[in-house]
Amino acid sequence: MSQNDLHYVRTEMALPQPAPLRERGPVAWIRKNLFANPFDSVLTIIGMIIVIMILPPLVDWALVQAQWTGTDRTFCSTVAQGGIQPEGWSGACWAFVNAKFGQFMFGRYPIEERWRVILVAIMFVALLVPLLIPRVPRKGLNAFLFLVVFPIVAAFLLIGGFFGLPHVETPLWGGLLVTLTLSYVGIVVSLPLGILLALGRRSKMPVVKMLSVIFIETVRGVPLITVLFMASVMLPLFLPAGVSFDKFLRALIGVSLFASAYMAEVVRGGLQAIPKGQYEGADSLGLSYWQKTGLIILPQALKLVIPGIVNTFIGLFKDTSLVYIISMFDLLGVVRQNFSDPAWASPQTPASGLVFAALVFWMFCFGMSRYSIYMEHRLDTGHKR
Amino acid sequence: MKYIISGILGAATLGMVATAASAGTLEDVKAKGFLQCGVSTGLAGFSAPNDKGDWQGLDADFCRAVAAAVFGDGTKVKFTPLSAKERFTALQSGEIDLLSRNTTWTINRDTALGLNFVGVTYFDGQGFMINAKKLPGVNSALQLSGAAVCVQTGTTTELNLADYFKANKMEYNPVVFEKLEEVNAAYDAGRCDVYTTDQSGLYGIRLTLGAPDDHVVLPEIISKEPLGPAVRQGDDKWYHIVKWTYFALLTAEELGITQANVEEMKASGNPEVKRVLGTEADTKIGTDLGLGNDWVVNIVKSVGNYGEVFERNVGQGSPLKIARGINALWTKGGLQYAPPIR
Repeated sequence: MSQNDLHYVRTEMALPQPAPLRERGPVAWIRKNLFANPFDSVLTIIGMIIVIMILPPLVDWALVQAQWTGTDRTFCSTVAQGGIQPEGWSGACWAFVNAKFGQFMFGRYPIEERWRVILVAIMFVALLVPLLIPRVPRKGLNAFLFLVVFPIVAAFLLIGGFFGLPHVETPLWGGLLVTLTLSYVGIVVSLPLGILLALGRRSKMPVVKMLSVIFIETVRGVPLITVLFMASVMLPLFLPAGVSFDKFLRALIGVSLFASAYMAEVVRGGLQAIPKGQYEGADSLGLSYWQKTGLIILPQALKLVIPGIVNTFIGLFKDTSLVYIISMFDLLGVVRQNFSDPAWASPQTPASGLVFAALVFWMFCFGMSRYSIYMEHRLDTGHKR
Repeated sequence: MKYIISGILGAATLGMVATAASAGTLEDVKAKGFLQCGVSTGLAGFSAPNDKGDWQGLDADFCRAVAAAVFGDGTKVKFTPLSAKERFTALQSGEIDLLSRNTTWTINRDTALGLNFVGVTYFDGQGFMINAKKLPGVNSALQLSGAAVCVQTGTTTELNLADYFKANKMEYNPVVFEKLEEVNAAYDAGRCDVYTTDQSGLYGIRLTLGAPDDHVVLPEIISKEPLGPAVRQGDDKWYHIVKWTYFALLTAEELGITQANVEEMKASGNPEVKRVLGTEADTKIGTDLGLGNDWVVNIVKSVGNYGEVFERNVGQGSPLKIARGINALWTKGGLQYAPPIR
């Protein structure tokens, strides 16, 4: 039997055929993703009904009917309400956000000094963005500039009082400036402090261990509102008469310590997840405690708890709004404070202001959350299931 | 060792600051170069930030008047927004020099809390607002039996409401909410027939309703809420300055001295006007207070007289359009009365 007899053997590869029609194209995608089984179909239909009910009125309110420009409440109220809009009008009052935008960003920071805040913001972005992109070299220098040099320069610029820069007291700060300052300081302080506390809690030295446990449990056992309230109302009574201690600084310390206690517990979770063999392996190599912790344990532990750490950061970012109760005005506080301006009181003002605040908070929180997912994928070395 | 040294240094600095601040309030204020004034965190017409972030309102203008009396310049004032809980501590601890924050004058606050109220810059009281379309023909709170009443929980407002309806043997359904915004929304949506809170607040809330003209504020006032500025107890000199600043605002209105005509009035031959404006020969009225003799001129120049302050912030010149009512001068049937400046 010669090879020539093998007529059924193809000499060239068959051309690839397109997938059957029911497996491709938008219809197939919809079938596969939205109507795969009866339960999915019901959920899809319910979801679509909700979207159809909510989306058009929302777009209509926020974009079509919205009032974009104006100088006072008359632009955002109907004729019956003493304004210029036709009867039955309902739209977002972006004119209010527009008029108050400076306050929402800077609070009552003097208008002629606001370039200082903008300069700090530019420095912040210029240092943060390269730090976040893994390809950019010189991470060490960048981190040093961002974590050590930047806060000092920013503090001098924002507070002022030297080189002819007028002094701007912290009670004048507000809006997004306060939100971001509190979050930045809270995040930068709480991560290292939290790691130290977590290590302290697992330490074999009884005093260190006890102090860490007492600190963590005390702070975690008290609501943040209480911490802030104590700092703002009780502390001045303990200090001698006439001595006042900057309220913003008190809030910064309160928020940072509070976040550190939570961070410590997150990090401790990571430390406990590292198998004992890693510790013993490091010991057998003759590494010191700090070498072992810094080179073997922490890199693995921190990687495991990235979601928890970012969760704490996002929580901290949103918790900054609580400074409202000690009469400091973060973004949400300033927005709410401006509802009381009689020149802008209208039925649409509160909703518009709150939607704007929600949008800004969402942008920051969503950004942090996406970046943490990216980082998790990048650092994934087989722990993911 | 390092800690001990820094601790000692820290204690020493604190001590120094404390000694510097222990003189009288007037001297402290003059040394600082500005008046630290506590205001609310935002109440329409009394203290609320405008588009530029400057504090506007009756309470804020009173701070400016005191600053004008002390410095001759109404802009030398720094505002500290305070929540209701913080306000008294802030004054007691010396964080602020003057509390001008729609605070009700009560005996407890005057005695036990160590404050001195200087007078009543706004006579307020709890009132009712109704939807005239839903309740046609109601023109008195005594006709409200059986009504659903929207009220903020945990306030004296809620207690006053219960007292009033009980005293008049009427039934009512309280619809309570935690936050002011929630009460507003519920009332606007028609969940209750009546809204009750301080009358000055009702006018502000009316502006945020869908159809303000359908809503009527009833004439009855069921509680006394005399709102006024307060200072720390134990510094009579400062107390007198703040008190007489308030009286000067009233006296200026009584004598027809306004922001616009104060310079012309200085040339007036009327002995009373001359005494008030400090143009009388050998006058000691201002210097006895510890101020300059032109203190009233400065006050009126910077904020106007009481009537002007009222109309600009809460009256016809503002979106709130509150009538003078009992806040008119005693000569016009109101309660605002000042002892003679002589």
